[in-house]
Order: sequence, then structure tokens, then C-alpha cells
Amino acid sequence: MQQRLRIGVLYSRVRVEEKWIFGAMEKRGIDYDRLDDRAIHFDLNNPKPWQQYDAVLERSLSYNSGLYALRLLNAFGVPTVNTAAVAEVCGDKLMTSAALARDDVPQPHNATAFTPEAALEAIEAFGYPVVLKPVVGSWGRLLAKVNDRDAAEAVLEHKSTLGSVQHSVFYIQEFIEKPGRDIRVIMIGDKVLTAMYRNSEHWITNTARGGSGELCPITPEIEDICLRASNAVSGGLLGVDLVEHPEKGLVVNEINHTMEFHTMQPLSGIDVAGEIVEYVVKIAKRKGE
Amino acid sequence: MSTVVCPECEAEVMLDAGTEAGEIIVCSDCGVDLEVMSVEPAAVQLAPMEQEDWGE
Repeated sequence: MQQRLRIGVLYSRVRVEEKWIFGAMEKRGIDYDRLDDRAIHFDLNNPKPWQQYDAVLERSLSYNSGLYALRLLNAFGVPTVNTAAVAEVCGDKLMTSAALARDDVPQPHNATAFTPEAALEAIEAFGYPVVLKPVVGSWGRLLAKVNDRDAAEAVLEHKSTLGSVQHSVFYIQEFIEKPGRDIRVIMIGDKVLTAMYRNSEHWITNTARGGSGELCPITPEIEDICLRASNAVSGGLLGVDLVEHPEKGLVVNEINHTMEFHTMQPLSGIDVAGEIVEYVVKIAKRKGE
Repeated sequence: MSTVVCPECEAEVMLDAGTEAGEIIVCSDCGVDLEVMSVEPAAVQLAPMEQEDWGE
């Protein structure tokens, strides 16, 4: 007789997405545990309590907590969604850009430097405006549109003086005159599940910053670039952000490995949480193969 | 439906049906974020401040 699957859901807060995921687990009669990342601990000499899971779905708010938990779980032989390897690449914009560049996936022009002086030189080579982004972080926070040299010098000095050491990895991106929107696409494995435009008057179009959602038809171009992006970061459950570049066409701006879908699910009418749970079950069934 | 007292402003805050532990609710009086620690009995505390590495 086949043993019943046991799933763990690692989370920090019960957002609406987690409520939907828990609901989808319960609807399917799945045996699952809620694992609060602020309460768990790992005994490295005793992986057994963790190895009881056939899969763990990672929904941590904290990139660090989520990433280290995934690394440990994968080291213990526990399948995770996503894998630590995917989180390592997607949680760091520079690593994402490097993976996309390696696989020739269209993306904005990016550069990086490790000192304010070298960053200023790179910015001047780009020409203004440019965008400075932290390599780790989300929800459109701490992005800076730099319009001239004075602003560049000020932002670079502030980042290197006031920020954590990670802010001294300067990630520089061309400023794209996008049509007041970007596109968020949800990928599950090699399937493009649904997509929406995120409209905003502001140059930051993130819905966490007030952007509004509108359903976006999945064109062959969207499907193609998203599949290539997903392959570049080793696939999984992903939120791919696309920008319509005036010269280059669709480009991949970033890829999220613990994506939110509170706007997408009601907008699309697709049970995203249910699809996520089905995918986790599929991964769980592969344990030990 | 149960109520809790906001630890910031002492207003009475109602927990909607279906509220779960770990959820964030907002105090309707002072607007502070509250984390639901338990539903039965109802208990909340000030939600942790957003950290730099938080996100999706």
C-alpha cells in the first residue's frame, strides 16, 4: 500500500496566499504541517524529523531564512518547492541576470560594481537615467532612479555609508521607458499558468507599491521568453516579471521564487493555490526516485 | 467572533470569522499592524517590522 504523503509548508506570516494554500491542502485531504520559520530549528546531527516530509513548500518572507532552510532540507534529501538552487539565483538580482545572460534570455542592460567609484564609472558609461537596485529585496523597495551625476554620487555615497555590506554590491540597470505597465507571469514547472499587466503611473509598477492588475493574454512570445527564463534558473514555481522594452521587445526584469498572487488569483479566476498544491504533490511523489 | 485589545492604543479590535493564527490584521483605531498569535483564545501582538530581505 502506498504511504500517505506528508507535506510541510514553511511560512512567516499567514497572508491571503497562505490561507488559500492551506485551504487547497485541506480540500485535497493532504496531510500537511504549518512550519513557522520563526519557530523551527534544525539539529544538523538529526535530520530525521525533517526527512519525514515528502516535500516542503517554501513561502518564507525572509530570503535568508527561506534560503538556509531550503539548503538544509535539500542536504537532508528533502525535496522542496522551490529548490535551494532556484532560490539562490532568483533571490539575488545579480545572480538572476547572470543566469539570463548565460542563456541569452533577453533582459535589460545591467552592470555591477563593488565600490562607489567603480559604480559611478559604470553609470557614466550607461548614460542617464539609470536605476540602482539592491541585489536582495523585493516589493519595489529601495529602488533609485538616478537622473544625473549629482544624484548618482549622492545615492552611491548613501548606499555605501548607510546600507549593509550587501548595498555595496551596486546593481545598475538601464532605465526603460515602459508603457506604464509591466507583466507578471506565473509559471508552474514548464507551464505558463496565467499573466497580468501591472499598471501604474509611477515608474515602479509593483502592485505592492499601488500598481493595479489587468489580465494579460498569453502570447507565443510571452510563453517562449518565460520558458527560457524558467530554464535559465532551473525551473519550478516562478513569478516572471517582463517589461516591454521600446527597442528590444519583451525582456525579463526579474524572477520571483516565492511569488505572491493575491491580485492574480481573483483576476484570472484560476485557482493558483490549487495548482501550486498539485505541483508540490507531484514533486513529493518523486521523493526517493 | 472575538475581540482583542490593541496593545498600542487599547482599542477593541474584532477578529473576523476565518481569521487564522499568523495572520496580520490592522487596528482600525491606530492603524498599527497586529499579528494574530492565537484565535482560541484570541490574542494579538504588534507585528514585527518589515526586514530588508523580506519579499517574494
